[in-house]
Amino acid sequence: MMGFFLNSMEVILRGAGVTVKLTVASLLLGAIIAIFVALAQVYGKWWINLIATTYERILRSIPILIIMFMVFFGLPTFGIRFDPFLAAIISLGLRSSAYQSQIYRGALLAVSEGQIMAARSVGMTGIQTFLHISFPQAARFSVAPLTNEFTIVLKDTSIAYAIGVTELLREGTYIVSTTYDPLLIYSMCAAVYFIMTFGTNKFVSLLEKGFAIPGYEVRGVERG
Amino acid sequence: MKLLEVKNLKKRYKDKEVLKNISFDMDKTETIVVIGPSGTGKSTMLKCINRLVEPDGGQILLNGQDITKARRVEKLRQRIGMVFQEFNLFNHLTVLDNVRIGPWKVKKLSKEKATKLAMEILKNVGLDDRANAYPAELSGGQKQRVGIARALAMEPDLILFDEPTSALDPELVGEVLEVMRNLAEHGMTMLIVTHEMSFAKDIADRVIFMENGEIVEDGTPEKIFNAPEKERTHQFLAQFTNR
Repeated sequence: MMGFFLNSMEVILRGAGVTVKLTVASLLLGAIIAIFVALAQVYGKWWINLIATTYERILRSIPILIIMFMVFFGLPTFGIRFDPFLAAIISLGLRSSAYQSQIYRGALLAVSEGQIMAARSVGMTGIQTFLHISFPQAARFSVAPLTNEFTIVLKDTSIAYAIGVTELLREGTYIVSTTYDPLLIYSMCAAVYFIMTFGTNKFVSLLEKGFAIPGYEVRGVERG
Repeated sequence: MKLLEVKNLKKRYKDKEVLKNISFDMDKTETIVVIGPSGTGKSTMLKCINRLVEPDGGQILLNGQDITKARRVEKLRQRIGMVFQEFNLFNHLTVLDNVRIGPWKVKKLSKEKATKLAMEILKNVGLDDRANAYPAELSGGQKQRVGIARALAMEPDLILFDEPTSALDPELVGEVLEVMRNLAEHGMTMLIVTHEMSFAKDIADRVIFMENGEIVEDGTPEKIFNAPEKERTHQFLAQFTNR
C-alpha cells in the first residue's frame, strides 16, 4: 500500500512540476501584456484606451476552455501551430493579461492625484513622476491582488488537460485509469493544489509584512 | 524688475468664469496673502502660476519670462515651490526622501549634496529627528512642515501656499505658521492663500481680497483690515471679527 502511494505521489509531483511551469510562464506572459494594457488605459489617448479596453473586455468574457480550443485547434487553420504546452501558456497568459491589467490599472489609479500634482510641482516630468512616484506605489498595491490571480491561474492550468498537456491532473488521471482508485488519487491531486496555493499565499503575506511601509497596512487603500 | 507679474489672467471651466482679468505683481522677498470666500478662484489662481492648471488668457511673468509661453514647463516649476492644503506627501518615501527627491532626481544634484541640503532644511523646520519616518507616522502639522521643506529643497524663487493650515487640527496650526513666519523673516517670497486672518495681518506685506474670480481690493494689511475701501471687503472681514 505504501509503495503504491509513493509511486503515485512521484507521478503526481512530476505533474505538479509541469503545473508550476505553466503557471509561472502564463503569469509572466500575462504581466508583460497587462502592463501595456494598463498603461494604455490610464495614460493613453482615447483611441488607444479604446483598443486596450476592447481587448481586456473580450478576453475577460470568454471561458478559458474556448480560448484554449481557439488557440490550439483554431489557429492551425491559419497555419499557426503550437504544441499543447505552449498553447496552454498562450491561452492562460492572454486571459490573465486581461485580469492583471485591471490590477495594475486600479493600482495606478489608487496613487492620489495630489501626489502626482506635488511631483509635477517640484518639476518632475511625466516620466519621472511615473518612475519615482506612481510606479513604486502601484507595485505595492498590486501584490495582494496578484496572489489572488496566481491562485486562479494555478488552478486553471488543470484545464490544459483538455488539449493534452501532461500536467498534474492528467498524471493523476493516468494513475486512476490503471488503479481504479479515483477518490484517493484525485484527493492527492487536490492536496497538492492546496499546498501550492496555500503555501504561496502564506509566503507572500509574510513577504508583504516584511516589506511593509507604515500607512500601507490597509491593502490598496490610499490614506492621507 | 518685479519677481512675479500677473497680467489679465483668465480661466474658465465650461461656462463658469473662475478667474476674470486677475492682475497683480510681487517683489522679491515680499509676502502676499490672498483672502476671500471659498470658491472664488484663489486656489485656481495659484495653480495657474505654476501651470498645474493651464490659464486661458493673460500673462504670467517670472523674472520677466512669460510662464504661459514656456516650452519646458518643468524647468519653470523648479523655480516655483508649492505647498498644498492636503500636504500631498509621497507616501512610500521617508521624510528625508520626500525632501531630497527634488534636488536629487530633478535638479540632478549628487545624492550626498541633496541629502545634506535636505537635512539642513529639515533642521530648520524642526524635523531632522524624523528624517527616517514615513508620512503615515507623522501628525498633520509635521506633514505640512515636510511639505514646506520639500518645496524649500528646490531653492525656489517663490513659494505658493494653498491654504496650508486648512486641513489641520486647530492645535497644530501654530507650528506650521511659525515655520512660515520664519521664512518670511528670512526673505523668502511667498504667495499665501489662507483663512487665518490674524496670521495674514501679522505676516503679510500686502493683502489681496478676491471674490468671484476678481481682485476686489489690494493693499497693506493695515488698510485692508482697518480701513477697507470697498464695502464688500468690509462685509467679508466682519464675519471674522464678529465671532
